[in-house]
Amino acid sequence: MSLQSNLASSTTQVRAYAPTADLNVVSPPSQREKVRPHTAASKRDLRTEPRPIRFLIVALALIFLTVFVVLPLVVVFASAFSRGVTAYFVALTEPEALSAIWLTLLIAAISVSLNLIFGVIAAWAISKFDFAGKTFLITLIDLPFSVSPVISGLVFVLLFGAQGFFGPWLQAHNIHILFAVPGIALATIFVTFPFVARALIPLMQEQGTQEEEAAVSLGASGLQTFFRVTLPNIKWGLLYGVLLCNARAMGEFGAVSVVSGHIRNETNTMPLLVEILYNEYQFVASFAIASLLAMLALITLVVKTILERRLDEGQMVSDD
Amino acid sequence: MIRRILPLVAGLLWAGSAFAADYSLLNVSYDPTRELYADFNKAFAAAYQKETGKTVEIKQSHGGSGSQARAVIDGLQADVVTLALAYDVDAVAAKGLIAPDWQKRLPQNAAPYTSTIVFLVRKGNPKGIKDWDDLIKPGVAVITPNPKTSGGARWNYLAAWGYAQKKFGSADKAKKFVADLYQNVPVLDTGARGSTVTFVERGVGDVLLAWENEAFLAQREFGKDKFEIVSPPLSILAEPPLAIVDAVADKKGTRAIAEAYLKYWYTREGQEIAARNSYRPRDPEIAKEYEKSFAKVELFTIDDVFGGWTKAQKEHFAEGGIFDQIYKN
Repeated sequence: MSLQSNLASSTTQVRAYAPTADLNVVSPPSQREKVRPHTAASKRDLRTEPRPIRFLIVALALIFLTVFVVLPLVVVFASAFSRGVTAYFVALTEPEALSAIWLTLLIAAISVSLNLIFGVIAAWAISKFDFAGKTFLITLIDLPFSVSPVISGLVFVLLFGAQGFFGPWLQAHNIHILFAVPGIALATIFVTFPFVARALIPLMQEQGTQEEEAAVSLGASGLQTFFRVTLPNIKWGLLYGVLLCNARAMGEFGAVSVVSGHIRNETNTMPLLVEILYNEYQFVASFAIASLLAMLALITLVVKTILERRLDEGQMVSDD
Repeated sequence: MIRRILPLVAGLLWAGSAFAADYSLLNVSYDPTRELYADFNKAFAAAYQKETGKTVEIKQSHGGSGSQARAVIDGLQADVVTLALAYDVDAVAAKGLIAPDWQKRLPQNAAPYTSTIVFLVRKGNPKGIKDWDDLIKPGVAVITPNPKTSGGARWNYLAAWGYAQKKFGSADKAKKFVADLYQNVPVLDTGARGSTVTFVERGVGDVLLAWENEAFLAQREFGKDKFEIVSPPLSILAEPPLAIVDAVADKKGTRAIAEAYLKYWYTREGQEIAARNSYRPRDPEIAKEYEKSFAKVELFTIDDVFGGWTKAQKEHFAEGGIFDQIYKN
């Protein structure tokens, strides 16, 4: 307990500047206005663009958003419900749909929990310690972002395929990685690896190591330091990373498509099933699954906004 | 909260692990056979259970014929492959997974159902397309997939070539004809189903070169008032072959049931399922029954005109082959 209260002061110091910074941004122009005489020209608000231009910019942004974001979403839901609510739910409860939903949840659970561990370890190593090759490690973490997902999938085919590097050994021991759950999980982990680490590294770097040093000097063990100092400090950032990681894990198509083998009721995830159903002229069923993915995206967006607000507010609330 | 989630999770678990059967087969097939094998698998499972009392679950995987063969080579545990053309099965056989004499192990070149290449046109046939010649007329947009990736597209290409060679009598003129034809192709999709969607759903093109069964299916799905099938007087006999993947079946101990599965195609029931799904049945009796469903088309085989798949593949579709030459210009 004493440990916590000791730390509280330092956290408050770091975080306290945020509200004042906001005030500073708002206050100077209002002061300026008071000083200025009220002429006709100054009636036009000098802080922003003229009204027509403002209107134009906002309208352009809105049109763009409508065409590229809102319209497709509406189409997805409209197509999904085009033959009524019953057809929608029948489509979602088909064995093939249930199996795809189950597989997608399973893959997301595996890849998010593993990436949570890897991500925290990687971010911890990078932000709290100095070592040779650190920049190289950061580049490596970012690699999945820059590699095409198809390549990410093919890498695993080359490694674990029957003609691949480990293929003969795996075949001899009757271990199935490719075209089965492990392969899909591996490809998804690879593609979603950067999310947690990327969300944590800047946060942990900003926080520095003083708090941990203080904890250690007060006699806390390594694990105690992690669970009682580091983890509470990064928890919103961590959740943010997990959220994005999960969204990508459930939505990944390219890499999974390469390693899936497309076995019905077995290795088709939701995104793969959307394509399959579409190609079978089952448009309602296809868009019904797509609407689940769209809802996932919407929920992710809402939770992301909440988390971002939490991150901005700092962790004062959670620290006490 | 947990009490509410648990039944849901249990339900999903059940859905994931349901239908545990005595035997399980994986059939790796090509794109347009989805509906065909949905019917056939159900019928076979019922027949097998009636005969032996054992239940069998058949899992399906569909995709472009070439990429499906690749997946089996890379370790997809298929007990049987049912692909679009013999060359793709040969590719799997070349890796030692299937015995080299696979095409002799089942009757009729191991192809119990056949198909051909026809034209699907828009209602009223506004461009007046009747024969292969009409496809090279200026202003006719032809939709066909990429023969590099799609089995169906290779049949399309070879059908056009075979027609031209028979009509003009020389390979050079056939090459010119096929080159002109591909001048009229605005987009090459990677698979047969992709091309159908391009033509039917997106409304691109005047004529779709398609598997006969695929053309019938599109007509069934979207209505006869939207599309018409035009069968040219001369086309190719497409023989999509079946084979047991010996390496996998022997390892899994499923050879006997895999054999029973493929042989079921040669029964009356199997042949009828093929005919109902607009594949041409081999059995003369069933063929006679469904005579009216299929247009009379003079059919030539790939062996007649091209000397077999290996030769055709090498000459036409390999890197730097004739297709590469004509599509570049």
